[in-house]
Parts: sequence; C-alpha cells; structure tokens
Amino acid sequence: MRILALILCMIPLFASGEEIVLGMSQDEVAITATFDGSNILVFGAIKRESAIPEGELGVIVTIAGPSEPVAVHRKERRFGIWVNTDTVEVDAAPSFYAIATSAPLDRILKDTEDLRHQISIERAIRSVGAPMTITDANAFSDAVIRIRKSQDLYKRSENSVLVDQETLFRTSVDMPANLTEGDYYTRIFLTRDGQVTSELETTIDVKKVGLERFLYNLSRQQPFIYGLLSLAIAILAGWLASSFFRMIRGT
Amino acid sequence: MQIYLPIAEVSVNIFLLLGLGGIVGVLSGMFGVGGGFLMTPLLFFIGIPPAVAVATEANQIVASSFSGVLAHFRRKTVDFKMGTVLLIGGLTGAAVGVVIFNYLKAQGQVDLLVKLCYVVFLGVIGSLMFVESLNALRKSRKNATVTTTRRQRGWMQALPFKTRFRTSGLYISVLPPLVVGLFVGILSAIMGVGGGFIMVPAMIYLLGMPTKVVVGTSLFQIIFVTGFTTLLHATTNYTVDMALAVLLLVGGVIGAQIGTQIGTRLRAEQLRILLAMMVLAVCFKLALDLLIEPSELYSLGAAGGH
Repeated sequence: MRILALILCMIPLFASGEEIVLGMSQDEVAITATFDGSNILVFGAIKRESAIPEGELGVIVTIAGPSEPVAVHRKERRFGIWVNTDTVEVDAAPSFYAIATSAPLDRILKDTEDLRHQISIERAIRSVGAPMTITDANAFSDAVIRIRKSQDLYKRSENSVLVDQETLFRTSVDMPANLTEGDYYTRIFLTRDGQVTSELETTIDVKKVGLERFLYNLSRQQPFIYGLLSLAIAILAGWLASSFFRMIRGT
Repeated sequence: MQIYLPIAEVSVNIFLLLGLGGIVGVLSGMFGVGGGFLMTPLLFFIGIPPAVAVATEANQIVASSFSGVLAHFRRKTVDFKMGTVLLIGGLTGAAVGVVIFNYLKAQGQVDLLVKLCYVVFLGVIGSLMFVESLNALRKSRKNATVTTTRRQRGWMQALPFKTRFRTSGLYISVLPPLVVGLFVGILSAIMGVGGGFIMVPAMIYLLGMPTKVVVGTSLFQIIFVTGFTTLLHATTNYTVDMALAVLLLVGGVIGAQIGTQIGTRLRAEQLRILLAMMVLAVCFKLALDLLIEPSELYSLGAAGGH
C-alpha cells in the first residue's frame, strides 16, 4: 500500500496569480483480500509569480467516492411496532467523503462559495425530489450524513491541513476498510478570505485486484458458473469435514 | 486479521466469521436446522449488507447440512422417501415464495414482513415445542417406562395416496408431507432461511416422525432447497459472496460435526427443549427490535426499490 507513485498534476483552473502544485503518495488504491484501509498523503505547494497576496489563506482537500442515489427510510410507531413509513430518495450521495481543511471551514470558506463548489459534506449531497407529503426533507439528507459519519465514511477534519510559510501544505486522509470501487474524485481548493482563488482536481482509482477482482468479475459475467462453483465448494467442504472427522474417530 | 469481501464490499475480521460459522454449525448439527435463522441476523449485525447476508447464508447452509447429513447417512437415519416427497413440495414452494417476495419488495415493506414472519413463526413454534417437550420430560421422569403413544391423526389416515415410509415407520398419505414441504418452501424463500426450524417440528408433530429420523431427513431436503436458493440469488441478484461463504462454512462444517456428536448423546426431549429455548430467544430479540424505539430512526437502502 505504500508504493510511492508520485504524480504531479498541474491543471490550474483559475488564473489568479496562485496555483496549486500537487503531489500524492498514491493515485490508486488496490483492494486486496487483506485490505483494511489505506492512508493517502496529499501534499503540494502554492506556486506564484508575484508577491504573496493579501487575505487569510485557506487550503481545503476533499476526496469523494462514487455518487449513487440512496433511499432513506424513516421509522414510525404504527400499531405498537416500529415500521418504515416515509421514504425519501436522495438523488446523489457519495459513498465516501472526506474533507480536510487548514482552519475551521466557516472561516476560510464563504457560504456562497461552498454552494458554488459543493465543498462541505452537506453540499456534496444532492436531494431534490422529496415527495410532497414530506415536509422535512432535510432531516433525511441529515440522516445520510449522520449514519455515514458513524460508519467513518464521511468525515470532516478541520485544522488537519498543515500549511508552511503560506506555500507548502500537506495532509493525510484515512480511507476506511469498507471502501467501494470506483473513481475517487479529489479536489484541492485554495481560498483567500473565504473566496476560492484556485482549484485543482484529480482522481484516485480505487479498485479490486487479484482474487477479489476475479471473484467479482466472475459473479457478474458468469453468474451461473459462479453459483455452481459456490455450491461445489460448499459440498466439498461438507464432505471433507465429514470424512476428516470420521478419520479422527476411526483411529 | 481483516479480510475484504469482494461482493459484500466490506472488511471483516476472519476469526469473527470462523467463530460465527462454528457456533451456528454446532447448533445445525445438533438440531438438524440449517441455522439460517440465527446466522442471517448475526451477519446483519456485523455489517454485511442484508441481500448479501441472505444469499451467502443459503450457500453456507448447503455446506453445513451436507456435512451433517453424511453422518446421518451412515447411521441410516435419513428417510429418503420422505425427504424426496418433502423436497418436491419444498422446491415448488420456494418458487412460489420468490414470486411473493418480489411482489412484496415492490410494495416496499418486505423488511417488516420478513421480521413479522420471524417473530410469529419462531414464537408459535418455540412455545409449542417448549411446552410439549417440558411435559414429555416431566412424564419420563415420573415413570421410567415411557410409553409414547402417538396421537391418532384420524383425518390424516383418511387421505388417499397412502404409502409406506419404512425408515420413519409410517404408513400415511403423501399429501401431508407434500403440503408441509410446500408451506416450508414458501416461508424459507420469504424469510431467507433453510426452514429447518419449521420443518423439524412439523415432521415431529404433524407427520409423527420419530425424532432420530427427523434431523437427518430435514438436513437432506434443506441441502436441495438452499442449493436452489443459492443459484437463484447468484444468477438474479449477484449477491452470493464466495469469500464470506467459504469462511463461514469452514467454521460451519466443523461445528456441524461436533454438533451431530453432541446431538446423539442427548435425549430427544432435552434436544427439543434446547431448540425451543433457542428459537424463543431469537424471537424475543426480534420482537424487542420491533417494539422498542430504535436509536436511529432512519435507515439507508439502495434506491430504486432494489
């Protein structure tokens, strides 16, 4: 997991005098059978031609997993038992979302900028179509955040980006063991007085490899053979255990 | 030591899985139940997605049942004829059950229904079995010579298509076992279990089979029903996790062997009382979940009625 595949991407999106130069400890995460999480080091420098501009500098790093629609169910007591009554479909919620900042987020990022770039966890979730019967649709997207935070899938760590001399920055993001496959969209924002002045995007490729890859592909491409293979393993294991125990008792 | 499960897409401790498999395997061998009604909720609890848990559990039951049934083959406590009749009913029932399951899934309340099914069936069967075997135990203590006179099933004797089930020592119509198989097949498809915990009492109390034969015969037919279910899940929902199944079944098959040994040493009444207590405990736990206000009122599911 510690292959130092150093990549340098320089895709400045904003011409504002300051640019981000980025390095990452790895640009792919290989999920092997013994995968139990990974730690990605994100570091870089701020490149500028002129003198350091005025205003408080902020660095924000976000890593987002693939977005998928999520059905959120709410329980209510009906006839003495707790049952799912209301369901709201959140249109897009990332399977993983980590945000690391160099200072408290509300100090280095204005709300309007957050809205535009969808940086905070709350903004990264998109929910538009709640049924008319549901008046508190926000409670449902809040629930997504709360549940995923408790599973360590969403996290916000403020003051975890270290900025050195207004030029160098680094942070590390823990990827939990329960990752799903996909392109993890990584963004780095530079802010001055709450305004985003520079932004850089890259992706981390999270994928299964080896046996994990093989089993997953087989189950999708040859489901019948996969099913038969599962049964064969089960029967064989049952038979082996039985004969083994008989042998022990026989001697 | 952690392992990442390729289909479930979660990372779990290997020894936890081996241990769970082992414990449920012991129970499976002792009572002739697949153990699915215990294992499936346990897998939910350790964070395996429900769809994967149900499908993979079916695969694991195949292994532990096969391992268990081999011991019964050798002891000649499997009634093949009865097993086949039950199986014909069971497979038909499973197919019907899948249709019902998919209909309920479209209605969006399948979780609740599955849980209610569990509570009702576990509760009824557990209580009946508990009371009955307690009485039997008391009776056998009072007078050493136990005369177990089977109740006369008047209406059942009147049914047509009578046949002799030699191993069970029964001469009854094939209709009751067919209906029992069908009913259990439907329930097992809906509840995602092998159905042994319903099948075993049904064989003892409805069909009047001797307890010693019941366990082997139940395991025999469970292998086929769960094998069928595994294939169905693997081809339609892609939710069978082979890595998870292998870990569970390594513990499971070993446990089943130990369980079968324990089972032969215990008296039939004791065996039934233990099974009844276990069934009631699971029922109680599930009922509590429905009755007590959950700490998290919201839950996440895959969108699109999947």
